[in-house]
Amino acid sequence: MKPSPFGYVRATTLAHAFQLWADAGPEAQLLAGGQSLIATLAMRLSEPSLLIDITRVPELRGIRHTDGALSVGALTTHTELGADPLLRQHAPLLAAAVPLIAHPAIRNRGTLGGSLAYADPAAELPACCVALGAMIVALSANGERRIPARDFFQGLYTTALAPKELIAAVEFPRAKPGELSTILELARRSGDYAMAGIVARAVCAADRLVDPHIVFFAVGDTPVVATGAMAALANRPADTAAIAAACAALETDLDPPADLNGGPDMKRHLARVLLARAIGQLRGGEEASAA
Amino acid sequence: MTHQVPLSLTVNGERVACRVEARQHLIDFLRLELGLMGSHTGCEHGVCGACTVRVDGLIVRGCLVLAASLEGASVETIEGLSETGEIRDLQEAFIKRNACQCGYCTPGMLMAAAELLRVNPRPARAQIREYLAGNYCRCTGYHAIVDAIEATAAARSGPTEA
Repeated sequence: MKPSPFGYVRATTLAHAFQLWADAGPEAQLLAGGQSLIATLAMRLSEPSLLIDITRVPELRGIRHTDGALSVGALTTHTELGADPLLRQHAPLLAAAVPLIAHPAIRNRGTLGGSLAYADPAAELPACCVALGAMIVALSANGERRIPARDFFQGLYTTALAPKELIAAVEFPRAKPGELSTILELARRSGDYAMAGIVARAVCAADRLVDPHIVFFAVGDTPVVATGAMAALANRPADTAAIAAACAALETDLDPPADLNGGPDMKRHLARVLLARAIGQLRGGEEASAA
Repeated sequence: MTHQVPLSLTVNGERVACRVEARQHLIDFLRLELGLMGSHTGCEHGVCGACTVRVDGLIVRGCLVLAASLEGASVETIEGLSETGEIRDLQEAFIKRNACQCGYCTPGMLMAAAELLRVNPRPARAQIREYLAGNYCRCTGYHAIVDAIEATAAARSGPTEA
């Protein structure tokens, strides 16, 4: 379980990183937190010629207010994401998601940008970004591109990033007044990849869920927006009938592939269970929570 | 492109300057280059937790960190924590409760437990289990480990609260 030999260089600034990347061959890869990359190197699923360490690039760090949003640097670790007071106030879903991401020793090292760029279909943060309507700020030597999270995840481990383009930051809109959100997942061991997971947010007014957003993870190649379930819940009381209609809509919203944990039928069952629990939490007015 | 990288860092308070192979992970570096055998090599892909060590004060998976990336970092291993006495009470509780049997997971367990007690001085048993979920033990069934950590937390918070 040792990686193939590769070179290593450390970038000191963003310009330096792009210079190193431009000078490197096509087999070069960026190293951020490394919590997925180094495991794939050990298993020789990936054999880059050169790793360009971007963890010391100051432009990729920091959490700050922008117009109507919070800009979170790509190198923000999961532990930092969960502890930041600005984020806890304005995007509490992220703090709720962090305890579900792997284990403490991995959260201390893994990064937001790394998780999104890797685009594991069972990962929590890609689904959170889609559900929150986040904007991915991508940079290359040619300049900046802003990619809505919903368009960013294109397939299994596949994103809208172009060759030699990196994630610089993610912009999260501030939660609206009265907005609640939740993330739930089912895993065999706490911290392991989910068998199925859900992110849900809505503005809760009386017995209604206004503008509900529901995104599943670990049930497809990318985060899956449950458009049918969202339509079934919108602008009506979130009662038993509405929940049943939303669960029924998952038949067409989801097309889960079988994996080591079970087949499509089991995944659909887990998705229905999670959807009912998530709606119950939002309707009950509970703060963002994790289970 | 060179595969050897110059590296200068601190390990258990001592400065180390050397050259490392770019692909060498932190645990192989500690064990094979520095002879610090207390950190264990387990699964080598981030699942088992046997290689848990501290980098700049926070626990990490030693197998998921490249030594070459640690220029200027401060690394602490079980040898360092034992020598400073920082976790002596935790270690004594592990012995008293028979929380280490074969001992393979123990250094990683102690690293994770020490961090838990720093961020949450009086964890509930469920919180202890949650924090240790990334550290496999195949001997104890975990009960004795949870007992030892719970007892240490109670003792540290003083007899009036215990």
